[in-house]
Amino acid sequence: MRRLLFIPYIVWMGIFVIIPIGLLVGFSFFDIEDNLTFSNYREFFSWSYLQMSISSFWYAFLITAFTLLVCYPLALIIKQLKLKMFWLFIIILPTWINILLKTYAFIGIFSREGLVNNLAAQLGLPELQLLFSDVAFVIVGVYIFIPFMLLPLFNSINSIDQSMISAAQDLGATRMQVIRKVIFPLSIEGVKAGVQVVFIPALSLFMITRLIAGNKVVTLGTAIEQQFLTAENWGMGSTIGVFLILFMMIIMLFTRTKSKTIGVGRL
Amino acid sequence: MKLTGRLFLIIMLIVLYLPIFYLAYYSFNSAGTMNEFESFTFDYYLSVFQDSRLMVILMNTISVALISSVVATIVGICGALSLYFLKSSKIRASLLNINNIMIVSPDVIIGASFLILFTFLGISLGSVSVILAHIAFSIPIVVLMILPKLYEMNTSLLDAARDLGATPSLILSRVVLPQIKPGILAGFFMALTYSLDDFAVSFFVTGSGFSVLSVEIYAMARQGISLEINAISTMIFLIVLTIVLIYYFLSTRKTVKRGDLS
Repeated sequence: MRRLLFIPYIVWMGIFVIIPIGLLVGFSFFDIEDNLTFSNYREFFSWSYLQMSISSFWYAFLITAFTLLVCYPLALIIKQLKLKMFWLFIIILPTWINILLKTYAFIGIFSREGLVNNLAAQLGLPELQLLFSDVAFVIVGVYIFIPFMLLPLFNSINSIDQSMISAAQDLGATRMQVIRKVIFPLSIEGVKAGVQVVFIPALSLFMITRLIAGNKVVTLGTAIEQQFLTAENWGMGSTIGVFLILFMMIIMLFTRTKSKTIGVGRL
Repeated sequence: MKLTGRLFLIIMLIVLYLPIFYLAYYSFNSAGTMNEFESFTFDYYLSVFQDSRLMVILMNTISVALISSVVATIVGICGALSLYFLKSSKIRASLLNINNIMIVSPDVIIGASFLILFTFLGISLGSVSVILAHIAFSIPIVVLMILPKLYEMNTSLLDAARDLGATPSLILSRVVLPQIKPGILAGFFMALTYSLDDFAVSFFVTGSGFSVLSVEIYAMARQGISLEINAISTMIFLIVLTIVLIYYFLSTRKTVKRGDLS
């Protein structure tokens, strides 16, 4: 009976987790003419690919940092509200709209005669070339990841024992001191979880780069998509994929949380 | 300080909802652009419904989501139960790790590796490959939603059932499954949202003959602004809002009820 239950799950996980990753690693050793070679790896360490990886890391870092900067105060504010679960729910709700549709909205908002430029014109500012710029890419990235960062942050801030905060206040700590010396250290696990759920996907965004950044930003994800679907060089695409997986593992090691909570991105 | 906090919250809410309402507002714009509002029109909604290709794609998307979530829920139940009943904690830990690989993997990696897999297995890209892919990335989520409910279960219930002579399958259907029902429902719901929300994985495995909404919208958006997308997104927003609100009120009501009983 128990065996019978086991079989579908094990078979499924074998076929769709183990084998695909194995194939990906395997393909990374073949060049476009199906020769067994290390040339893809050599190419990955060439200057152009290194540059691309560094810029991908830089943008992922910017997106993660700004998302954290926006979400931390937001989580603190929601914690103090009476109907905190309701407000959290309201903030998370836009997550249920497909990312693609929200990204598409930004094409309109950032376009030459769009909302942002209309506002800028009314304030007497010169026209901004926002669409197809890296600034727009970072803004949309932050927008997309806010709910994903907010959830783990809120969960850890919300679980802080209120008496700790009261004790600090009684002992004369200022607001900033309470946040810096009490709340932040106690919510560090949430920060780690939030960084993890934002940084890794930010490295691999490709749809937003194409629609919002034009060809200004090339992330690891964009490079993989291009190698697989445009250049049809699966070997090189797999090699970048292998490195993306490696980076992912390193980031997970650094942001490993002590508690066994598993950070599923959504509610 | 309290005031600035409130202000910040309000600004964030405006920012978060701005794109959605922006799309909705211009979906009624007869000028056909997303900047100057000319006059009110329902044309784009009508043309969405008259576009038979788009309707087929909409049906595809909903069918893929429903089929894949049902299958993923069934396999996920099997998975969660077998992980729960597993005697060796080492094997359980490593299986859970494999389970989590799928959850943390970036969509691009899942998409690209499934593309290789389907080509390797000789499965042509189309409806089958998309459904298989969606089932595959939903199962780990379903397992994670059900597993905590299993651990919350009182084990003496199982012993009692066994002592009273229940067969394993009877224990499963009469004791275990009713106990983990909330987890199963949550898992199904999550699988549904993941499937409807997915773009990257589908993008890699759709092939040319078959399409789902997100892939189609991407193709449309790459060609520039088309207010039919606005109309679709407004309708999706209203549907999602209704479903989520119903789910929210049902789930909050249920917890109240359970509290009353105990």
